[in-house]
Amino acid sequence: MILEIYSFSSLTEAIDTALNNSMAPWLATLTELVIIGIVFLSFYALLGLFLVYLERKVCAVMQNRIGPNRVGKWGLLQTIADLIKLLMKELIPIKNADQFLFNLAPYIVIAASFMAMAALPFAKGLQAIDLNVGLFYIMAVSSLGVVGILIAGWSSNSKYSLVGAMRSGAQIISYELSVGLSLLSIVIFTGSLQLSDIVASQADGWWIFKGHIPAFFAFVIYLVAGTAEINRGPFDLAEAESELTAGFHTEYSGIKFAFFFLAEYINMFIVAAVAATVFFGGWMPLHIGNWQGFNAVMDYIPSIIWFFGKTFFIIYLIMWFKWTFPRLRIDQLLTLEWKYLLPLNLINTVIIAFIVLMGWYF
Amino acid sequence: MFYLLSTVILVFSVMTITTPKVLRSAVYLLFVLIATAGLYFLLNYEFLAAVQITLYAGGIVVLIIFSILLTSHISHKLARPAPWKLWSAAISLIVGIPLVLWIILNHTFQQSANEVPVDMKLIGTQLLGTGKNGYVLPFELISILLLASMIVAIVIAKKDKEDKQHN
Repeated sequence: MILEIYSFSSLTEAIDTALNNSMAPWLATLTELVIIGIVFLSFYALLGLFLVYLERKVCAVMQNRIGPNRVGKWGLLQTIADLIKLLMKELIPIKNADQFLFNLAPYIVIAASFMAMAALPFAKGLQAIDLNVGLFYIMAVSSLGVVGILIAGWSSNSKYSLVGAMRSGAQIISYELSVGLSLLSIVIFTGSLQLSDIVASQADGWWIFKGHIPAFFAFVIYLVAGTAEINRGPFDLAEAESELTAGFHTEYSGIKFAFFFLAEYINMFIVAAVAATVFFGGWMPLHIGNWQGFNAVMDYIPSIIWFFGKTFFIIYLIMWFKWTFPRLRIDQLLTLEWKYLLPLNLINTVIIAFIVLMGWYF
Repeated sequence: MFYLLSTVILVFSVMTITTPKVLRSAVYLLFVLIATAGLYFLLNYEFLAAVQITLYAGGIVVLIIFSILLTSHISHKLARPAPWKLWSAAISLIVGIPLVLWIILNHTFQQSANEVPVDMKLIGTQLLGTGKNGYVLPFELISILLLASMIVAIVIAKKDKEDKQHN
């Protein structure tokens, strides 16, 4: 098959055998872990820089401005300059804060998004670890991030931070239900939680097309709940500038602030990547049933381009939301989740289960 | 790896009960629970590890932290427990450790037949099975218990409308 040309498994296997031949097995495993860690770290940093740049450009286009255009070509180096500025800024110690927890909080948030990233399938054969509960694992570890936010808000010893953290906590805990249920509806179709299985099941069409209207409905709910989960507009009450200065990270400065900022953008990437994997086939090219010719042509585009293309399309959708809709009030936010999204989602899941039982899907 | 995780669990368990600050105690508890999930990963039982993280680390610890956030202030410190409590804890420790060690050392552990990761479908059918070893009855009983406790919590927390009118 043509798909094999672009597979990364030959590359990763070659590295694996080379390492195993040259050193003891435990040392080879350790080296592999270090390599994967370094790759993820650099990817994380580059992705963060690029997403911030993208956000500013998209925001500028939405508001009829030009956006960053002075540093580098098209302002591409602007975020790197920002990063250097943040690195050189003074870290202001807070006198009456709980120092240990105050310093710990950014790392919990970062670690949670890191752990979630480990299970994402980036391209054919390019996945750090393929757990048999992959999707469940991603949901589990990404729910740890809220602990960091709550700790940050409390240990800052400031009422803006505390209110921001409380709002953020209530919001993330409520919307996690909707995220889980909407992903579950696709799991009913695939019958597996393993991410490689979920991607493989979409070889003859993506679930958003194969699953009829209920799958599309689940995608819309996922997108809304996912946006709320990462505290982005129109659900950015946790850091509503006009009322709470900056919410839970008001008291943070310099690189610690940058950690929160970075983690927020990486979480957006993870939400988009999971949506791309579950609803849009991950790295799987656009295939339509048995159209062999069409499928073969689509296979010529490398899988990594498919994956990032879909992911950035969803990121663009999320950014579009943020700069289009006004912010919700906290009571509206909770009403939306508990009175509308959750019941609709439950009904939708039952409908999908019925469709799967009757075999009414392609 | 096992010794590393066990050390983490032991050290943070002790720190959980000795720290005078209540939120730090909750965070140390979080580390203990995550390290326990690490042990499950070590056993190749990924499902249980993910459940451990979602339920304990993501659910229960978050609820604990939430209630601490609502009730306690940053300068608040826990008082040292009364001496008789310390003494009774020490006595139960001295009696308990030999007892537990004796049981563990005398028990013959049977090695599990399947070393491969447990299939998700097997867990699902077992959990909702009605036959032998099926868990559907306990599952439903626990659901009813949870529902009842949730209703009780709502009834307690609900503001009484008539009371309000009198005020």
